Amino acid sequence: MYEFQYTKANDVGQAVSSVAPSGSKFVAGGTTLIDLMKLDVERPKLLVDINGLPLDRIEPAGDGGLKIGAMVRNSDLAHDEKVQRMYPVLSQALLSGASPQLRNMATTGGNLLQRTRCYYFRDVNYPCNKRTPGSGCSAMDGFNRIHAVLGTSQHCIATHPSDMAVAMIALGATIFVTGSKGEHSIPITKFYLLPGSTPDHENVLAPGEIITHVTLPPPAQNAKSHYLKRRDRASYEFALASAAVIVELDGRKISKAQVAMGGVGTIPWRSPEAEHALAGAEASERNFRRAAEAALRGAKAHKDNGFKIELAKRTLVRALQTVTQA
Amino acid sequence: MAEKSTVIGKEITRIDGILKVTGGAPYGVEYALENMAWGVGIGSTIGAGRIARIDSSEAEKMPGVLAVLHHGNTEKLFRPANSFEEMSRPGESRPPFEDDQVYYYGQFVALVVADTFERAQAAAGRVVVKYDARTPDVSTAELTPKDPPAVKNERGDVESALSSAPVKLDVTYETPVETHNPMEMHATIATWNKDKLTLYETSQGVVNHRNVAAEVLNLQRESVQVISRFIGSGFGCKLFPWPHSWMAAIASKKLARPVKVSVPRSMMFTTVGHRPFTRQRIQLGADKDGKLTAFHHEILQPTSMVDDYVENCAEATSMLYACPNVRAVQYLIHKNIGTPTPMRGPGRTPSLFAIESAMDELAVKLNIDPVEVRIRNYAEMDEGKKMPFSSKHLREAYQTGAEKFGWSQRNPKVGSMTKGKEILGLGMATCTWPATRHNAEVRVSLLADGTVRASCATQDVGTGTYTVFAEIISDRTGVPLDKIRVQLGDTAMPPGPTSGGSAATATVIPAIAQATDQAVQSLLKVAALTSGSPFEKVDPKNLKMTGGRVHKEGDSAESGTPFPDILKLRDLSGLDGQVKTEAPPEAKQFSMHSFGAHFCEVAFDPEIARLRISRWLTVIDGGRMINMKTSRNQILGAIVMGVGMAMFEETIYDHRNGKPVNNNFADYIVPVNADIPDLDCIFLDFPDNKLNEYGARGIGEIGLTGCASAVTSAVYHATGVRVRGLPVRIENLLKTA
Repeated sequence: MYEFQYTKANDVGQAVSSVAPSGSKFVAGGTTLIDLMKLDVERPKLLVDINGLPLDRIEPAGDGGLKIGAMVRNSDLAHDEKVQRMYPVLSQALLSGASPQLRNMATTGGNLLQRTRCYYFRDVNYPCNKRTPGSGCSAMDGFNRIHAVLGTSQHCIATHPSDMAVAMIALGATIFVTGSKGEHSIPITKFYLLPGSTPDHENVLAPGEIITHVTLPPPAQNAKSHYLKRRDRASYEFALASAAVIVELDGRKISKAQVAMGGVGTIPWRSPEAEHALAGAEASERNFRRAAEAALRGAKAHKDNGFKIELAKRTLVRALQTVTQA
Repeated sequence: MAEKSTVIGKEITRIDGILKVTGGAPYGVEYALENMAWGVGIGSTIGAGRIARIDSSEAEKMPGVLAVLHHGNTEKLFRPANSFEEMSRPGESRPPFEDDQVYYYGQFVALVVADTFERAQAAAGRVVVKYDARTPDVSTAELTPKDPPAVKNERGDVESALSSAPVKLDVTYETPVETHNPMEMHATIATWNKDKLTLYETSQGVVNHRNVAAEVLNLQRESVQVISRFIGSGFGCKLFPWPHSWMAAIASKKLARPVKVSVPRSMMFTTVGHRPFTRQRIQLGADKDGKLTAFHHEILQPTSMVDDYVENCAEATSMLYACPNVRAVQYLIHKNIGTPTPMRGPGRTPSLFAIESAMDELAVKLNIDPVEVRIRNYAEMDEGKKMPFSSKHLREAYQTGAEKFGWSQRNPKVGSMTKGKEILGLGMATCTWPATRHNAEVRVSLLADGTVRASCATQDVGTGTYTVFAEIISDRTGVPLDKIRVQLGDTAMPPGPTSGGSAATATVIPAIAQATDQAVQSLLKVAALTSGSPFEKVDPKNLKMTGGRVHKEGDSAESGTPFPDILKLRDLSGLDGQVKTEAPPEAKQFSMHSFGAHFCEVAFDPEIARLRISRWLTVIDGGRMINMKTSRNQILGAIVMGVGMAMFEETIYDHRNGKPVNNNFADYIVPVNADIPDLDCIFLDFPDNKLNEYGARGIGEIGLTGCASAVTSAVYHATGVRVRGLPVRIENLLKTA
């Protein structure tokens, strides 16, 4: 571990003005950043502690949706009465992630920016295009059972690890950020960047920008949602495949579906293909399977992770069955 | 043993339990010695090759840095004699920094010592190590034996019996590398007082550790003291000492101050042993009734480049079933991995996965019930050693288990039993572990303050050895448990056994009992031969001690005199008994083993390929249990570990540099509470009095043997998929829907 400077910010303005042009990181719960600093993967010169920022509220948004402060802890968000009532998929996704101790620390903003669990990203002795651009991808020919099958490139196949972000991308969240040039909002579907030839660029945040809050649109009257996560053991493990679904039913007909997948994509994976296949279709196993096939159509397997394609399809089918049960 | 014991076989809370849960039990790494320095080890980042250059100049200039040790600047260390019997066995026989060669990823190449841990850690990051690297050989795809067999057991003519057998089975099983990962990581604090060395350790064998230290460091045994009072478990990886211990010793000597070296979790996967991979081919010959006529077992097992570690999978083959023609042969193959070491149930755990899976496959092939096929091949004697068993009640274990588990409700047709969306699968397997006794010496002191003190240089790994000592003493003296102080884990005490092989309990009991009796006899003599004693001139033979009081034979304990009052007659601080015991002569006449049976139910959701354990029962024929609470704890814990072996655990080496890529608790998957249903365990009470007078055997390991094949047999019953390579993964089960 290397020496670094540490400062504490008490408001957003101070946080934004504290950061230096390069080598600065905001630290909130620290559940990813501190871990990676111990591994020398992250080497910030300056840590700006934002735990004191007044961004820890969950409150109704003007449009009937919800506004979630960036510093709201995962545990508080998961157990919030409004979240449980309006967005069960989000509460379920949060509770399926990590452990109670980690959820008590991890924040909404931090979770959106969670780094991958790729073994090779986390070890500075391996080439990694995400960590050291241009050095190569060690996962490509390494052990890649946990790696992504969607959104991959020849430069990176690292999986985005978050469960929360999968639910949020299904829900169509909007991310509000503040930087030196002021405040603006980004739809979550435009927030994450595919690795392409620049896997070190994971999202559209400009240097020094900070996430202040997230809004969720109001849930439709007849919408039902569900999160299903598959992994080796029953708890405390990252997803091998997961599905977040929000479905509006008109009788047995699906009037609208929002579908996202986790554990299989290089970013939280919204699937317009599956949504399109489901819109207007009967809620039937055959149609669910059709949607799952559509969602995974572009999937690309590597040596050890081919099973994820079928597992993801089955996971999505089961999530749709669960959410459309009478 | 007292006729009606108030302690033996009861649910006794561990006497060290309060200390442990209140933070009052000092673990090796927790000793804070004055002027202590911290050492941080640097592991090689290549899997094979040599160190070309080490540049520590920048690190050495950093604040607080005291030394950077490596092969170019350290004193010569010696190789140990390497004998298990003589209690001088190392984990890795190559001392650290011996030369510039790198045999495996994570091998220690340097040690940075500084005045604080943080400064040592920071400086370790600035030491530049350049290597001439080769591609390491870590693959298990090709295992070609080059040396003669490491183990060979043979009887009859297996080849001709196989060729003439009406029923044949030829299957190959694999078990992966597993890493022990006890909660408490390895650590050593070394400190010298002139030419005497003290090592604060986390060791399952302080005497063995002391002996190896003396050999490696070229010291007299008397000049080394090893202390390991409390241990956060070991599962075998703390049986034998590893290189970091010697690194701490030489650093401390060089700097003339105490040095602490702890092994981080990531290095627990490289430098302190693992359970090796095995590939096991089994060829069975049987008649149409499932009676075995031939059993051929060929085992291929990787070991390190520097040690011939044998995970003996051929041993159980010779004794588990009745069969006239048996051949079990095991080969070692050297690979660029660290030296393997015993992990809970070594040998028999991987071996029984293969043997018991094969028996299940035979049962399926002949459409015979899996319990029945085992009873048809029941070994009434140890046919390998040609000896009777000292006490074997495996048949009762099968029968009790089958009855309590509802085995008769099992429909043998694959996938035929369902519950909601889930398919149920029922599987069972035999478990077994040898019962052994080694040498032990124990001192027991009856003290003037009314307490009894016992001391022995064995140790409590966390299994309840402290409490066993207290129970035996309480049983023989009537002194309550809270008046008995047990001191273990220090080589200054009379030498005791290593805590391994489930042998410690059976080994120490006779020595505790006899040392206690000797102390009591001395007390009774004082009572009879001291003027002014209430028992003056009574023949000591007519005196006894009950409930902590000395009294005449035939009189009640209440009528007697508390033992401290007897000591007071001569103003004695206490009276000692000290006895050394050895393996019983019966060990040469009888084959001694524990047995048992696992019954497992899995629930499988085929659409999402979700497998979970839904019910479990284990029945153990393990002699008399000294403490029902800790015994049960051992079996249930072993089942949890067995579920891990069956469904989750595998250490995966990167083929390019030999690194275990999943070297942490997020990526090396072990069971969590949510994976484990209510577990049940029944002990059959058949004391093995040929082993010791209490009839007690150890039970640390038996529970793990057989678990994995009970699971895979249940998985087959539910899904029709026979998983022959552990662990059972989602990808094995996706094809079923």
